[in-house]
Amino acid sequence: MKDLGSDVFLRFDNVKKTYDQKNLVVKGFDMDVQDGEFITLLGPSGSGKTTVLMMLAGFESVTSGDIAIAGKSITRTAPNKRNIGMVFQNYALFPHMTVAENLAYPLTVRKLPKPQIKARVAEYLDLVELSSFGNRRPGQLSGGQRQRVALARAMIFEPTLILMDEPLGALDKNLREQMQFEITRLHKKLGFTVIYVTHDQTEALSMSDRIAVFNDGVVQQCAPPSELYERPVNAFVADFIGENNFVPGRVTSLQGSTAQVQTEGGPLVAQAAEGLVQGQACRVSIRPEKLFIPPTSHAHDNALTVRFNTRIYVGDFIRYYFKMPDGTDIIVKVLNDLSAPEFADNAEAQLLWLASDCIAFPAS
Amino acid sequence: MKRFPAYYTFRHIAGHYGLRLFAFLVLIFLMLPILVIMPLSFNAEPFFTFTDGMLALDPDAYSTRWYQEFADDPNWRLAIWNSFAIGIASALIATTLGTLAAVGLSSPWMPYKRLITALLLSPMIVPLIIIAAGMFFFYTRFNLVGTYPGLIIAHAALGVPFVIITVTATLSGFDRSLFIAGLSLGARPVKVFWDVVIPLIRPGVISGGLFAFVTSFDEVVLVLFLAGPEQRTIPRQMFSGLREQINPTILAVATLLVVLSAALLFTLEALRRRSVRMGGSG
Repeated sequence: MKDLGSDVFLRFDNVKKTYDQKNLVVKGFDMDVQDGEFITLLGPSGSGKTTVLMMLAGFESVTSGDIAIAGKSITRTAPNKRNIGMVFQNYALFPHMTVAENLAYPLTVRKLPKPQIKARVAEYLDLVELSSFGNRRPGQLSGGQRQRVALARAMIFEPTLILMDEPLGALDKNLREQMQFEITRLHKKLGFTVIYVTHDQTEALSMSDRIAVFNDGVVQQCAPPSELYERPVNAFVADFIGENNFVPGRVTSLQGSTAQVQTEGGPLVAQAAEGLVQGQACRVSIRPEKLFIPPTSHAHDNALTVRFNTRIYVGDFIRYYFKMPDGTDIIVKVLNDLSAPEFADNAEAQLLWLASDCIAFPAS
Repeated sequence: MKRFPAYYTFRHIAGHYGLRLFAFLVLIFLMLPILVIMPLSFNAEPFFTFTDGMLALDPDAYSTRWYQEFADDPNWRLAIWNSFAIGIASALIATTLGTLAAVGLSSPWMPYKRLITALLLSPMIVPLIIIAAGMFFFYTRFNLVGTYPGLIIAHAALGVPFVIITVTATLSGFDRSLFIAGLSLGARPVKVFWDVVIPLIRPGVISGGLFAFVTSFDEVVLVLFLAGPEQRTIPRQMFSGLREQINPTILAVATLLVVLSAALLFTLEALRRRSVRMGGSG
């Protein structure tokens, strides 16, 4: 066994998974997780993120590679001996048991003395603010309450880590935000380690310490939310996290981390992504909220002439759809204040932005 | 007068009442033979027909003497005991084996699922007389003909398909993540099975068991082939009673069986409602 640093709590070492011995669902997953971290596995469905979670929990076998907790490999440990708490999208509460019995179950299995179980159940019911619901059955609770019970049940036996598989997927928008807050609060208070799987990027951005973006069985980037949003390493991450516009062009020159790009609408200056070479076809990504419509006091390095298409009133901001010279759409988000201009149909407009706000990626 | 939608023509209305009449006739056809034996079983005379006194509702024309005869006759008492003993024993075996089979067959990793299901369900489809003949020749080799174990095993095999069907139906509504959740909470698979799976599929298990019991209780072909005089069951006794000594004792027995079946049916329905109320699937 390899010697692991004492601060590495959970390590995935080149973990691969195949179901049919032909196609890899997970293609070499590496990750080190510190104790107490909140890690999110984010990706479109079928990207392999849930498979990683299931291998960690022991419900899928590892085809090759190793998963270790505190330096000990767990790939040969039975799921019920791994001491890992799990929260499911459909809650998976036992419908024939009361809320209190559900919470007591992992403790009874561990043969704790009865008075201790009772005290612990009361403590955790209080923690998720459901003290008066102990005698109800899950069927008598709302979706949000059920998920709080599921959370409490996953925490009550003080597992080494807690896995959450799209736990908020079945809730409506308001409840989802409340529960995000709730999970973050519990995580801060109790300091457990979380591996969280979701396809909802806002959820990932607002809760995680680090996010691993999955696509096609490979981690595209693993970084804190702000870095992921501001400095995506490739076009997939740039497109998947938040909204993005892509302006096609060709790299004319490359100086350090700055690239000159020739597009149909004129030359642009952009940050060069890794692997970009001179003369290569590329796509310049720029976020809708980093684009400005003159008149504006913002500094700018780039300007693009576009034609007005539609203006959509969203409420807190206004979305503009412009057509680029090549006919593709470019989206601009402007805060809903008095400066949000109106355009006539097909009117010409200028879009301005900073070179540091846009990144040129190799065209795939 | 019933209110029909305004667009109804005479043909619609005729169809409406015509369907009701037809459904009622079907019901009569199904129920009348069962219902008619009930008053006949209280006949004071040893006949299978309504006497003039019965039709005139004369209390003296009715009696419970055939029920008394049924209770007093040692042959019938043996038959009752046999029917319940064999029925309960074979239902217990069928329920245990059928439930385990259904759980195994519902696993996504079960190979040859269709083939095994077809084999296990075959006693329902293969003509009873063929099963009976096959078992007879098979049993002679093991000296099982004319023994209680032989009959119990044979009836259990007939009951297993019913248990598999009802338990599989309940399991199809069973959420596998509950099992995974149980394991993740630290319980061994067998413990999760007892604590979580069994309570949730219990309605299916019980109704399957009742079906298996009724199948055995009702069965006469295998009994004719495999049972000796000591294993004579109620249907077998009725069968010989019909040929040898025709008297309304058989009707009294039949009435009691109808009451028993109705009781089982109500039990099943009550179980189903209870499971629906508990939030499980029917």
